[in-house]
Amino acid sequence: MKRNRSQHKRIALDMTSMIDVVFLLLVFFVMTFKIVIPEGDFSIKMPPAAPSQPLDVDPPEPIRIRMRANEDGTLAGMYYGDDPLGTSFRELRGRVLREVTRRGGPDKADIDIELAPADNLHYGHVMEAITAVTGQIQNGNVYRICDQVKFAPRASTIPD
Amino acid sequence: MKFKSKSEKKELDMTPMIDITFLLIAFFMVLINFSEADQSERIKLPASELAKPPDKPLVEPVVLQIAEDGTTIFNGRTYEIRALRDQLDLYRRLQTSMNKPMSAATVVIRADGFAQSGTVQDVIQICRDLGMQNFKLRAKQSK
Repeated sequence: MKRNRSQHKRIALDMTSMIDVVFLLLVFFVMTFKIVIPEGDFSIKMPPAAPSQPLDVDPPEPIRIRMRANEDGTLAGMYYGDDPLGTSFRELRGRVLREVTRRGGPDKADIDIELAPADNLHYGHVMEAITAVTGQIQNGNVYRICDQVKFAPRASTIPD
Repeated sequence: MKFKSKSEKKELDMTPMIDITFLLIAFFMVLINFSEADQSERIKLPASELAKPPDKPLVEPVVLQIAEDGTTIFNGRTYEIRALRDQLDLYRRLQTSMNKPMSAATVVIRADGFAQSGTVQDVIQICRDLGMQNFKLRAKQSK
């Protein structure tokens, strides 16, 4: 009789404390949750200011891109060498692509691109320019144009 | 009879609720990201369609963040650009004493899209003066 009874009776666990803790954990993870947007890098090669020994052959002429800014930091215009380009990054990409193709294509051409942005220009425009000259996306495929981007030498503005 | 049913404790079946709660906890635990020291909330990175996450993580990068107002963040602390030079010099001496040359270090620059590009170049110049050569400009993936 005793045995029969104990077999049929369901044992009820007191879940209250466990659920409390589980909910606390849940609240903790929900509060600390942050959506992370993937980030990527653009390499920039800046060798030391003074080369240790003079090179025997002159390095190929870099493509110089100057960026002018309005007073509020927005882009006023770009210059490819001395040619004004306006504010079109498409045009910039087209010019760089033409020059790279003229010198043997993206794989063979050893071209440096020297960016000279105005000091007060918003950094976002510099990133747009770097994106434009680095490559392009067509039909979901990435086509590299030029990987060697660097900043032009300039006078420092750090206070001493 | 009515009294009896009132005094009787009603047992809810908690099993599905606990199942779902555990699933939620597992979901958030997997997605949680603790590496916030290198990602300040103040910095709004510029977007770039070519920014792809690297295949392998960088080995001990020097992460320098530049806020919109021109202050810099290094190792979770905010510095004016002049103080940053002293801090980086300290870091260089520490690394050199451990036989790690600065020329092998990689500097990751996370600058705000509205920061002045002159400030970014100043920071790069400080790093070059200290012997660093490899720089990476970080952008967030667009689309």
